[in-house]
Amino acid sequence: MIDWNPLFLTFKLALITTVLLLIISIPLAYWLAHTRSRIKPIAETLVSMPLVLPPTVIGFYMLLAFSPSNAFGDWLDQWLGVRLVFSFEGLVLGSLIYSLPFMVHPIQAGFANLSPSLQNASYVMGKSKFTTLMRVLLPNMKPSLLTGIILAFAHTIGEFGVVLMIGGNLSGKTRVASIAIYDEVESLNYAAANSYSLILFGITFIILLMVYLVNGGYFTKLGRDD
Amino acid sequence: MEDTSLNWVVMIEIALQKILKSSTGEMKLDLKMQFEEGKLITIYGKSGAGKSTLLMLLAGLMNPEKGYISMGKDVWTDTSKNIFLPPQKRNIGFVFQEYALFPNMTVRENLCFGLGKGQSKAIVDKLVDIIDLGQLQNRKPNTLSGGQKQRVALARALVSQPRMLLLDEPLSALDHEMRLKLQSYILEVHKEFGLTTLLISHDVSEIIRLSDFMIEMDQGSLVRQGNPADMFTNDRVNAKFQFTGEVIGMVKQDFIVIVTVLIGKDLVKVIANDQEASSLEIGDKVLIASKAFNPIIHKIS
Repeated sequence: MIDWNPLFLTFKLALITTVLLLIISIPLAYWLAHTRSRIKPIAETLVSMPLVLPPTVIGFYMLLAFSPSNAFGDWLDQWLGVRLVFSFEGLVLGSLIYSLPFMVHPIQAGFANLSPSLQNASYVMGKSKFTTLMRVLLPNMKPSLLTGIILAFAHTIGEFGVVLMIGGNLSGKTRVASIAIYDEVESLNYAAANSYSLILFGITFIILLMVYLVNGGYFTKLGRDD
Repeated sequence: MEDTSLNWVVMIEIALQKILKSSTGEMKLDLKMQFEEGKLITIYGKSGAGKSTLLMLLAGLMNPEKGYISMGKDVWTDTSKNIFLPPQKRNIGFVFQEYALFPNMTVRENLCFGLGKGQSKAIVDKLVDIIDLGQLQNRKPNTLSGGQKQRVALARALVSQPRMLLLDEPLSALDHEMRLKLQSYILEVHKEFGLTTLLISHDVSEIIRLSDFMIEMDQGSLVRQGNPADMFTNDRVNAKFQFTGEVIGMVKQDFIVIVTVLIGKDLVKVIANDQEASSLEIGDKVLIASKAFNPIIHKIS
Protein backbone atom coordinates (compact mmCIF):
# COMPACT_ATOMS: atom_id res chain seq x y z
CA MET A 1 0.00 0.00 0.00
CA ILE A 2 1.34 3.42 -0.90
CA ASP A 3 1.80 6.31 1.49
CA TRP A 4 -1.20 8.60 0.93
CA ASN A 5 0.47 11.58 2.56
CA PRO A 6 2.08 12.99 -0.62
CA LEU A 7 -1.25 12.90 -2.46
CA PHE A 8 -3.04 14.51 0.46
CA LEU A 9 -0.35 17.20 0.62
CA THR A 10 -0.56 17.80 -3.13
CA PHE A 11 -4.31 18.46 -3.02
CA LYS A 12 -4.05 20.58 0.12
CA LEU A 13 -1.39 22.69 -1.60
CA ALA A 14 -3.43 22.94 -4.82
CA LEU A 15 -6.59 23.90 -2.94
CA ILE A 16 -4.99 26.60 -0.80
CA THR A 17 -3.07 27.97 -3.78
CA THR A 18 -6.21 28.10 -5.93
CA VAL A 19 -8.29 29.90 -3.30
CA LEU A 20 -5.58 32.48 -2.63
CA LEU A 21 -4.92 32.94 -6.35
CA LEU A 22 -8.60 33.57 -7.04
CA ILE A 23 -8.67 36.33 -4.43
CA ILE A 24 -5.47 37.90 -5.79
CA SER A 25 -6.23 37.45 -9.48
CA ILE A 26 -9.70 39.04 -9.71
CA PRO A 27 -8.50 42.57 -8.82
CA LEU A 28 -5.23 42.06 -10.71
CA ALA A 29 -7.00 40.83 -13.86
CA TYR A 30 -9.58 43.64 -13.60
CA TRP A 31 -6.80 46.18 -13.46
CA LEU A 32 -4.92 44.60 -16.37
CA ALA A 33 -8.09 44.46 -18.48
CA HIS A 34 -8.99 48.12 -17.91
CA THR A 35 -5.84 50.09 -17.25
CA ARG A 36 -4.16 52.37 -19.75
CA SER A 37 -1.16 52.79 -17.48
CA ARG A 38 2.29 52.77 -19.01
CA ILE A 39 3.45 50.03 -16.67
CA LYS A 40 0.81 47.62 -17.98
CA PRO A 41 3.22 45.82 -20.40
CA ILE A 42 5.69 45.32 -17.56
CA ALA A 43 3.00 43.99 -15.24
CA GLU A 44 1.74 41.64 -17.96
CA THR A 45 5.25 40.39 -18.63
CA LEU A 46 5.87 39.69 -14.96
CA VAL A 47 2.57 37.83 -14.62
CA SER A 48 3.40 35.71 -17.68
CA MET A 49 7.04 34.99 -16.82
CA PRO A 50 6.30 31.73 -14.97
CA LEU A 51 4.90 30.35 -18.24
CA VAL A 52 8.32 30.30 -19.88
CA LEU A 53 10.85 30.50 -17.06
CA PRO A 54 12.19 27.11 -15.89
CA PRO A 55 10.55 26.41 -12.53
CA THR A 56 13.98 25.79 -11.08
CA VAL A 57 14.85 29.46 -11.70
CA ILE A 58 11.87 30.63 -9.64
CA GLY A 59 12.72 28.04 -6.98
CA PHE A 60 16.37 29.01 -6.96
CA TYR A 61 15.75 32.72 -6.40
CA MET A 62 13.12 32.02 -3.79
CA LEU A 63 15.53 29.71 -2.02
CA LEU A 64 18.16 32.45 -2.02
CA ALA A 65 15.74 35.14 -0.91
CA PHE A 66 14.11 33.22 1.89
CA SER A 67 17.14 31.41 3.24
CA PRO A 68 17.71 32.50 6.88
CA SER A 69 21.36 33.06 6.00
CA ASN A 70 20.27 36.03 3.88
CA ALA A 71 19.14 39.41 5.16
CA PHE A 72 15.52 39.11 3.99
CA GLY A 73 15.08 35.50 5.10
CA ASP A 74 16.69 36.36 8.42
CA TRP A 75 14.34 39.33 8.87
CA LEU A 76 11.31 37.10 8.15
CA ASP A 77 12.59 34.54 10.62
CA GLN A 78 13.43 37.03 13.38
CA TRP A 79 10.53 39.40 13.15
CA LEU A 80 7.64 37.39 11.77
CA GLY A 81 8.73 33.94 12.81
CA VAL A 82 8.10 32.50 9.35
CA ARG A 83 10.59 30.32 7.65
CA LEU A 84 9.67 29.91 3.98
CA VAL A 85 12.47 27.56 3.04
CA PHE A 86 11.72 23.83 3.42
CA SER A 87 8.25 24.54 4.77
CA PHE A 88 4.67 24.17 3.52
CA GLU A 89 4.17 27.96 3.65
CA GLY A 90 7.11 28.30 1.29
CA LEU A 91 5.48 25.82 -1.09
CA VAL A 92 2.29 27.86 -1.08
CA LEU A 93 4.17 31.07 -1.92
CA GLY A 94 6.14 29.34 -4.66
CA SER A 95 2.96 27.84 -6.13
CA LEU A 96 1.21 31.23 -6.07
CA ILE A 97 3.90 32.72 -8.28
CA TYR A 98 4.23 29.62 -10.45
CA SER A 99 0.48 29.28 -11.20
CA LEU A 100 -0.37 33.01 -11.31
CA PRO A 101 -0.63 33.30 -15.13
CA PHE A 102 -2.96 30.31 -15.31
CA MET A 103 -5.46 32.10 -13.11
CA VAL A 104 -4.92 35.69 -14.31
CA HIS A 105 -5.05 35.13 -18.08
CA PRO A 106 -8.51 33.53 -18.37
CA ILE A 107 -10.02 36.03 -15.92
CA GLN A 108 -8.42 38.98 -17.72
CA ALA A 109 -9.80 37.68 -21.03
CA GLY A 110 -13.19 37.28 -19.34
CA PHE A 111 -13.23 40.93 -18.24
CA ALA A 112 -12.05 42.12 -21.64
CA ASN A 113 -14.82 40.19 -23.41
CA LEU A 114 -17.63 41.74 -21.39
CA SER A 115 -19.29 44.67 -23.13
CA PRO A 116 -18.35 47.91 -21.35
CA SER A 117 -22.00 48.91 -21.43
CA LEU A 118 -22.85 46.26 -18.82
CA GLN A 119 -20.63 48.05 -16.36
CA ASN A 120 -21.85 51.46 -17.50
CA ALA A 121 -25.48 50.39 -17.16
CA SER A 122 -24.85 49.26 -13.59
CA TYR A 123 -23.08 52.54 -12.71
CA VAL A 124 -25.89 54.74 -14.04
CA MET A 125 -28.30 52.57 -12.05
CA GLY A 126 -26.46 53.84 -8.97
CA LYS A 127 -24.46 50.73 -8.19
CA SER A 128 -20.94 50.91 -6.75
CA LYS A 129 -17.90 49.37 -8.41
CA PHE A 130 -17.90 46.52 -5.90
CA THR A 131 -21.61 45.70 -6.34
CA THR A 132 -21.14 45.88 -10.11
CA LEU A 133 -18.21 43.47 -9.93
CA MET A 134 -19.97 40.95 -7.70
CA ARG A 135 -23.46 41.03 -9.20
CA VAL A 136 -22.94 41.95 -12.86
CA LEU A 137 -19.39 41.29 -14.06
CA LEU A 138 -18.34 38.07 -12.29
CA PRO A 139 -21.66 36.22 -12.76
CA ASN A 140 -21.43 36.87 -16.51
CA MET A 141 -17.95 35.42 -16.88
CA LYS A 142 -18.37 32.12 -15.07
CA PRO A 143 -16.62 30.07 -17.81
CA SER A 144 -13.52 32.27 -17.49
CA LEU A 145 -13.51 31.93 -13.71
CA LEU A 146 -13.95 28.18 -13.97
CA THR A 147 -11.12 27.90 -16.51
CA GLY A 148 -8.83 29.94 -14.25
CA ILE A 149 -9.69 27.91 -11.15
CA ILE A 150 -9.21 24.56 -12.82
CA LEU A 151 -6.05 25.43 -14.71
CA ALA A 152 -4.44 26.89 -11.59
CA PHE A 153 -5.46 23.86 -9.56
CA ALA A 154 -4.22 21.36 -12.16
CA HIS A 155 -1.01 23.26 -12.76
CA THR A 156 -0.22 23.34 -9.04
CA ILE A 157 -0.71 19.57 -8.88
CA GLY A 158 1.81 19.25 -11.68
CA GLU A 159 4.59 21.41 -10.33
CA PHE A 160 7.93 19.87 -9.53
CA GLY A 161 10.92 22.17 -9.97
CA VAL A 162 9.78 25.01 -7.72
CA VAL A 163 8.68 22.62 -5.03
CA LEU A 164 11.88 20.66 -5.07
CA MET A 165 14.07 23.76 -4.91
CA ILE A 166 12.24 25.57 -2.17
CA GLY A 167 10.62 22.72 -0.26
CA GLY A 168 13.01 19.88 -0.59
CA ASN A 169 11.67 16.43 0.11
CA LEU A 170 10.47 16.34 3.71
CA SER A 171 7.93 13.59 4.34
CA GLY A 172 4.56 14.92 5.48
CA LYS A 173 5.73 18.54 5.09
CA THR A 174 6.91 19.20 1.58
CA ARG A 175 6.94 15.84 -0.17
CA VAL A 176 4.13 16.29 -2.66
CA ALA A 177 3.12 13.56 -5.11
CA SER A 178 5.33 14.69 -7.99
CA ILE A 179 8.36 14.55 -5.73
CA ALA A 180 7.31 11.26 -4.20
CA ILE A 181 7.28 9.77 -7.72
CA TYR A 182 10.81 11.00 -8.36
CA ASP A 183 11.87 9.67 -4.97
CA GLU A 184 10.35 6.23 -5.55
CA VAL A 185 11.97 5.93 -8.98
CA GLU A 186 15.34 6.84 -7.50
CA SER A 187 14.95 4.00 -5.01
CA LEU A 188 13.89 1.71 -7.89
CA ASN A 189 10.45 1.33 -6.32
CA TYR A 190 8.59 1.36 -9.65
CA ALA A 191 5.30 -0.06 -8.36
CA ALA A 192 4.76 2.83 -5.91
CA ALA A 193 5.87 5.36 -8.55
CA ASN A 194 3.36 3.86 -10.93
CA SER A 195 0.53 4.12 -8.38
CA TYR A 196 1.16 7.81 -7.78
CA SER A 197 1.56 8.46 -11.49
CA LEU A 198 -1.64 6.70 -12.44
CA ILE A 199 -3.63 8.57 -9.82
CA LEU A 200 -2.25 11.96 -10.97
CA PHE A 201 -2.81 11.01 -14.61
CA GLY A 202 -6.43 10.08 -13.97
CA ILE A 203 -7.23 13.12 -11.84
CA THR A 204 -5.68 15.70 -14.15
CA PHE A 205 -7.40 14.05 -17.14
CA ILE A 206 -10.78 14.34 -15.45
CA ILE A 207 -10.17 17.92 -14.34
CA LEU A 208 -9.19 19.12 -17.81
CA LEU A 209 -12.00 17.18 -19.43
CA MET A 210 -14.41 19.07 -17.18
CA VAL A 211 -13.07 22.42 -18.46
CA TYR A 212 -13.55 21.45 -22.08
CA LEU A 213 -16.98 20.00 -21.47
CA VAL A 214 -18.21 23.02 -19.56
CA ASN A 215 -16.70 25.67 -21.83
CA GLY A 216 -17.59 23.72 -24.95
CA GLY A 217 -21.23 24.14 -24.01
CA TYR A 218 -21.96 20.44 -23.44
CA PHE A 219 -23.51 21.30 -20.08
CA THR A 220 -25.23 24.53 -21.14
CA LYS A 221 -28.69 23.06 -20.85
CA LEU A 222 -27.97 22.10 -17.27
CA GLY A 223 -25.97 25.22 -16.48
CA ARG A 224 -27.99 28.08 -18.00
CA ASP A 225 -31.31 27.59 -16.32
CA ASP A 226 -29.80 27.30 -12.83
CA MET B 1 -39.99 69.54 -8.22
CA GLU B 2 -40.68 73.28 -8.52
CA ASP B 3 -37.79 75.61 -8.40
CA THR B 4 -38.23 78.08 -5.57
CA SER B 5 -36.45 80.88 -7.37
CA LEU B 6 -38.25 83.36 -9.58
CA ASN B 7 -37.11 81.45 -12.59
CA TRP B 8 -39.72 78.70 -12.83
CA VAL B 9 -38.18 76.79 -15.66
CA VAL B 10 -35.23 74.60 -14.79
CA MET B 11 -32.56 74.99 -17.43
CA ILE B 12 -29.98 72.41 -18.35
CA GLU B 13 -26.74 74.04 -19.32
CA ILE B 14 -23.94 72.27 -21.07
CA ALA B 15 -20.54 73.48 -22.22
CA LEU B 16 -18.03 70.78 -22.99
CA GLN B 17 -14.62 70.38 -24.55
CA LYS B 18 -12.86 67.10 -25.05
CA ILE B 19 -10.30 65.68 -27.46
CA LEU B 20 -11.59 62.42 -28.89
CA LYS B 21 -9.16 59.87 -30.24
CA SER B 22 -10.49 57.48 -32.81
CA SER B 23 -9.17 55.28 -35.58
CA THR B 24 -9.51 58.14 -38.04
CA GLY B 25 -7.50 60.55 -35.92
CA GLU B 26 -8.21 63.21 -33.36
CA MET B 27 -11.37 65.28 -33.17
CA LYS B 28 -12.26 68.06 -30.84
CA LEU B 29 -15.65 67.89 -29.23
CA ASP B 30 -16.60 71.46 -28.45
CA LEU B 31 -20.18 72.41 -27.84
CA LYS B 32 -22.34 74.67 -25.82
CA MET B 33 -26.08 74.45 -25.44
CA GLN B 34 -28.93 74.97 -23.08
CA PHE B 35 -32.48 73.78 -22.96
CA GLU B 36 -35.47 73.57 -20.67
CA GLU B 37 -36.18 70.64 -18.42
CA GLY B 38 -38.98 68.36 -19.60
CA LYS B 39 -38.24 68.55 -23.32
CA LEU B 40 -37.63 65.67 -25.68
CA ILE B 41 -34.53 66.54 -27.65
CA THR B 42 -33.08 64.62 -30.55
CA ILE B 43 -29.42 64.63 -31.45
CA TYR B 44 -28.89 64.10 -35.15
CA GLY B 45 -25.71 63.76 -37.15
CA LYS B 46 -23.32 61.46 -38.98
CA SER B 47 -21.70 58.62 -37.13
CA GLY B 48 -18.50 59.80 -35.52
CA ALA B 49 -19.92 63.28 -34.93
CA GLY B 50 -19.61 62.84 -31.15
CA LYS B 51 -23.26 62.13 -30.33
CA SER B 52 -22.64 59.09 -28.14
CA THR B 53 -19.76 60.86 -26.44
CA LEU B 54 -22.12 63.70 -25.53
CA LEU B 55 -24.44 61.22 -23.78
CA MET B 56 -21.50 59.54 -22.00
CA LEU B 57 -20.33 62.96 -20.78
CA LEU B 58 -23.83 63.80 -19.54
CA ALA B 59 -24.02 60.48 -17.70
CA GLY B 60 -20.59 60.98 -16.12
CA LEU B 61 -19.25 57.83 -17.76
CA MET B 62 -16.63 60.08 -19.35
CA ASN B 63 -15.27 63.38 -18.19
CA PRO B 64 -14.49 66.43 -20.31
CA GLU B 65 -11.16 68.20 -20.30
CA LYS B 66 -12.93 71.48 -19.81
CA GLY B 67 -16.50 72.52 -19.23
CA TYR B 68 -19.58 72.21 -17.09
CA ILE B 69 -22.94 70.48 -16.95
CA SER B 70 -25.69 71.73 -14.71
CA MET B 71 -29.35 70.96 -14.26
CA GLY B 72 -30.94 73.90 -12.50
CA LYS B 73 -28.98 74.35 -9.29
CA ASP B 74 -27.39 70.89 -9.43
CA VAL B 75 -23.91 70.96 -10.85
CA TRP B 76 -22.87 67.62 -12.32
CA THR B 77 -19.58 68.60 -13.87
CA ASP B 78 -17.49 71.71 -13.45
CA THR B 79 -13.86 71.35 -14.40
CA SER B 80 -12.98 74.80 -13.02
CA LYS B 81 -14.09 73.69 -9.54
CA ASN B 82 -12.96 70.11 -10.03
CA ILE B 83 -16.52 68.80 -9.68
CA PHE B 84 -17.12 65.45 -11.35
CA LEU B 85 -20.27 63.91 -9.94
CA PRO B 86 -20.00 60.13 -10.48
CA PRO B 87 -22.62 58.44 -12.71
CA GLN B 88 -24.12 56.74 -9.64
CA LYS B 89 -25.20 60.11 -8.23
CA ARG B 90 -26.60 61.81 -11.33
CA ASN B 91 -29.90 59.98 -11.31
CA ILE B 92 -29.95 59.32 -15.00
CA GLY B 93 -31.65 56.65 -17.05
CA PHE B 94 -29.55 55.34 -19.92
CA VAL B 95 -30.67 53.07 -22.74
CA PHE B 96 -27.70 51.68 -24.64
CA GLN B 97 -27.73 50.82 -28.33
CA GLU B 98 -26.84 47.19 -27.61
CA TYR B 99 -29.40 46.97 -24.79
CA ALA B 100 -26.82 46.05 -22.06
CA LEU B 101 -29.27 43.83 -20.20
CA PHE B 102 -27.60 41.66 -17.59
CA PRO B 103 -27.65 38.12 -19.06
CA ASN B 104 -27.43 36.47 -15.64
CA MET B 105 -30.70 38.00 -14.44
CA THR B 106 -34.30 37.52 -15.51
CA VAL B 107 -36.24 40.49 -16.90
CA ARG B 108 -37.73 41.21 -13.49
CA GLU B 109 -34.36 40.88 -11.77
CA ASN B 110 -32.89 43.28 -14.32
CA LEU B 111 -35.54 45.84 -13.36
CA CYS B 112 -35.25 45.24 -9.60
CA PHE B 113 -31.48 45.67 -9.81
CA GLY B 114 -32.13 49.37 -10.43
CA LEU B 115 -34.03 49.86 -7.18
CA GLY B 116 -32.33 51.99 -4.56
CA LYS B 117 -31.99 50.85 -0.96
CA GLY B 118 -35.43 50.59 0.61
CA GLN B 119 -37.18 51.72 -2.57
CA SER B 120 -40.60 50.14 -3.06
CA LYS B 121 -41.09 47.62 -5.84
CA ALA B 122 -44.27 49.45 -6.86
CA ILE B 123 -42.35 51.33 -9.56
CA VAL B 124 -41.25 48.03 -11.11
CA ASP B 125 -44.85 46.85 -11.30
CA LYS B 126 -45.92 50.17 -12.75
CA LEU B 127 -43.27 50.02 -15.49
CA VAL B 128 -44.07 46.39 -16.26
CA ASP B 129 -47.63 47.56 -16.73
CA ILE B 130 -46.91 50.62 -18.90
CA ILE B 131 -44.39 48.85 -21.14
CA ASP B 132 -46.32 45.55 -21.29
CA LEU B 133 -43.63 43.30 -19.88
CA GLY B 134 -45.98 41.08 -17.88
CA GLN B 135 -45.43 37.99 -20.01
CA LEU B 136 -41.67 38.41 -20.12
CA GLN B 137 -40.86 38.92 -16.45
CA ASN B 138 -39.34 35.50 -15.80
CA ARG B 139 -37.47 35.19 -19.09
CA LYS B 140 -33.72 35.62 -19.44
CA PRO B 141 -32.56 38.36 -21.88
CA ASN B 142 -30.98 35.81 -24.24
CA THR B 143 -34.42 34.41 -25.03
CA LEU B 144 -35.91 37.78 -26.06
CA SER B 145 -36.18 39.43 -29.48
CA GLY B 146 -34.50 42.76 -30.19
CA GLY B 147 -37.68 44.74 -29.65
CA GLN B 148 -38.44 42.95 -26.40
CA LYS B 149 -34.91 43.55 -25.15
CA GLN B 150 -35.17 47.23 -25.91
CA ARG B 151 -38.49 47.48 -24.06
CA VAL B 152 -36.87 45.88 -21.03
CA ALA B 153 -33.91 48.24 -21.32
CA LEU B 154 -36.28 51.22 -21.48
CA ALA B 155 -38.20 50.04 -18.41
CA ARG B 156 -35.02 49.29 -16.52
CA ALA B 157 -33.62 52.77 -17.17
CA LEU B 158 -36.67 54.26 -15.46
CA VAL B 159 -36.71 52.16 -12.28
CA SER B 160 -34.57 54.64 -10.36
CA GLN B 161 -37.06 57.36 -11.36
CA PRO B 162 -34.51 59.55 -13.11
CA ARG B 163 -35.06 63.15 -14.12
CA MET B 164 -33.15 62.68 -17.33
CA LEU B 165 -33.36 59.84 -19.83
CA LEU B 166 -30.59 59.29 -22.36
CA LEU B 167 -31.23 57.04 -25.36
CA ASP B 168 -28.33 56.09 -27.64
CA GLU B 169 -29.87 55.07 -30.98
CA PRO B 170 -32.27 52.78 -29.17
CA LEU B 171 -34.35 51.87 -32.20
CA SER B 172 -31.78 51.57 -34.96
CA ALA B 173 -31.69 47.76 -34.89
CA LEU B 174 -35.46 47.30 -34.96
CA ASP B 175 -37.85 46.78 -37.84
CA HIS B 176 -40.38 49.42 -38.80
CA GLU B 177 -43.34 48.11 -36.85
CA MET B 178 -41.32 47.57 -33.69
CA ARG B 179 -39.91 51.07 -34.05
CA LEU B 180 -43.36 52.63 -34.10
CA LYS B 181 -44.31 50.66 -30.99
CA LEU B 182 -41.16 51.63 -29.12
CA GLN B 183 -41.61 55.26 -30.16
CA SER B 184 -45.02 55.23 -28.52
CA TYR B 185 -43.57 53.79 -25.32
CA ILE B 186 -40.84 56.42 -25.28
CA LEU B 187 -43.38 59.22 -25.74
CA GLU B 188 -45.60 57.72 -23.07
CA VAL B 189 -42.93 57.42 -20.37
CA HIS B 190 -41.50 60.80 -21.31
CA LYS B 191 -44.84 62.41 -20.49
CA GLU B 192 -45.82 60.12 -17.63
CA PHE B 193 -42.61 60.69 -15.66
CA GLY B 194 -41.98 64.30 -16.70
CA LEU B 195 -38.58 63.38 -18.07
CA THR B 196 -35.99 65.40 -19.87
CA THR B 197 -35.15 63.05 -22.72
CA LEU B 198 -32.18 63.13 -25.07
CA LEU B 199 -32.43 60.76 -28.00
CA ILE B 200 -29.89 59.98 -30.68
CA SER B 201 -31.59 59.15 -33.95
CA HIS B 202 -30.94 59.03 -37.68
CA ASP B 203 -34.54 58.45 -38.64
CA VAL B 204 -36.20 61.62 -39.92
CA SER B 205 -39.78 60.50 -39.37
CA GLU B 206 -38.88 59.33 -35.89
CA ILE B 207 -37.33 62.69 -35.07
CA ILE B 208 -40.30 64.64 -36.40
CA ARG B 209 -42.73 62.39 -34.56
CA LEU B 210 -40.99 62.37 -31.20
CA SER B 211 -39.01 65.47 -30.54
CA ASP B 212 -39.77 68.99 -29.40
CA PHE B 213 -36.39 70.19 -30.45
CA MET B 214 -33.40 68.88 -32.32
CA ILE B 215 -29.74 69.58 -32.59
CA GLU B 216 -27.47 68.53 -35.37
CA MET B 217 -23.86 67.71 -34.65
CA ASP B 218 -20.93 67.42 -37.01
CA GLN B 219 -17.24 66.93 -36.22
CA GLY B 220 -17.85 67.39 -32.50
CA SER B 221 -19.69 70.69 -32.85
CA LEU B 222 -23.28 71.77 -32.83
CA VAL B 223 -24.03 72.91 -36.37
CA ARG B 224 -27.78 73.56 -36.32
CA GLN B 225 -30.63 73.50 -33.86
CA GLY B 226 -34.33 74.12 -33.97
CA ASN B 227 -37.74 72.65 -34.59
CA PRO B 228 -37.37 69.27 -36.35
CA ALA B 229 -40.05 69.82 -38.97
CA ASP B 230 -38.52 73.17 -39.94
CA MET B 231 -35.02 71.80 -40.05
CA PHE B 232 -35.83 68.98 -42.43
CA THR B 233 -37.95 70.97 -44.82
CA ASN B 234 -37.05 73.68 -47.18
CA ASP B 235 -38.34 77.22 -46.87
CA ARG B 236 -40.11 77.11 -50.23
CA VAL B 237 -42.54 74.51 -48.97
CA ASN B 238 -45.49 76.09 -47.31
CA ALA B 239 -47.97 73.34 -47.00
CA LYS B 240 -51.13 72.55 -45.15
CA PHE B 241 -50.34 68.87 -44.81
CA GLN B 242 -47.18 66.88 -45.26
CA PHE B 243 -45.81 63.40 -44.78
CA THR B 244 -42.35 61.95 -44.80
CA GLY B 245 -41.54 58.66 -46.43
CA GLU B 246 -39.02 56.65 -48.35
CA VAL B 247 -38.69 56.27 -52.11
CA ILE B 248 -39.00 52.61 -53.01
CA GLY B 249 -39.55 52.79 -56.73
CA MET B 250 -39.46 55.10 -59.76
CA VAL B 251 -41.00 54.43 -63.16
CA LYS B 252 -40.47 56.79 -66.06
CA GLN B 253 -43.42 57.32 -68.41
CA ASP B 254 -43.11 59.79 -71.27
CA PHE B 255 -42.45 63.15 -69.65
CA ILE B 256 -43.21 62.22 -66.11
CA VAL B 257 -41.89 59.88 -63.48
CA ILE B 258 -44.13 57.92 -61.14
CA VAL B 259 -42.47 57.72 -57.76
CA THR B 260 -43.63 55.12 -55.26
CA VAL B 261 -43.18 56.26 -51.69
CA LEU B 262 -43.57 54.28 -48.49
CA ILE B 263 -45.24 56.39 -45.82
CA GLY B 264 -45.60 54.45 -42.63
CA LYS B 265 -47.08 51.20 -43.92
CA ASP B 266 -48.82 52.73 -46.92
CA LEU B 267 -47.60 52.95 -50.48
CA VAL B 268 -48.29 56.20 -52.25
CA LYS B 269 -47.72 57.02 -55.92
CA VAL B 270 -46.68 60.55 -56.70
CA ILE B 271 -46.06 62.12 -60.07
CA ALA B 272 -42.83 64.01 -60.45
CA ASN B 273 -41.34 65.84 -63.40
CA ASP B 274 -37.95 64.95 -64.85
CA GLN B 275 -36.22 67.70 -62.99
CA GLU B 276 -37.65 66.69 -59.63
CA ALA B 277 -37.01 63.02 -60.25
CA SER B 278 -33.40 63.56 -61.25
CA SER B 279 -32.48 64.43 -57.66
CA LEU B 280 -34.15 61.31 -56.28
CA GLU B 281 -32.85 57.82 -55.77
CA ILE B 282 -34.43 54.71 -54.35
CA GLY B 283 -33.95 54.76 -50.58
CA ASP B 284 -34.09 58.58 -50.27
CA LYS B 285 -36.14 60.13 -47.50
CA VAL B 286 -38.68 62.45 -49.01
CA LEU B 287 -41.33 64.87 -47.95
CA ILE B 288 -44.73 64.71 -49.62
CA ALA B 289 -46.70 67.90 -49.22
CA SER B 290 -49.75 69.35 -50.80
CA LYS B 291 -49.32 72.72 -52.45
CA ALA B 292 -52.34 74.04 -54.28
CA PHE B 293 -53.81 70.86 -55.80
CA ASN B 294 -50.90 68.66 -56.76
CA PRO B 295 -48.85 67.00 -54.10
CA ILE B 296 -45.25 67.96 -54.62
CA ILE B 297 -42.39 65.70 -53.79
CA HIS B 298 -38.99 66.77 -52.72
CA LYS B 299 -35.86 65.39 -51.12
CA ILE B 300 -35.14 66.15 -47.46
CA SER B 301 -31.88 64.45 -46.61
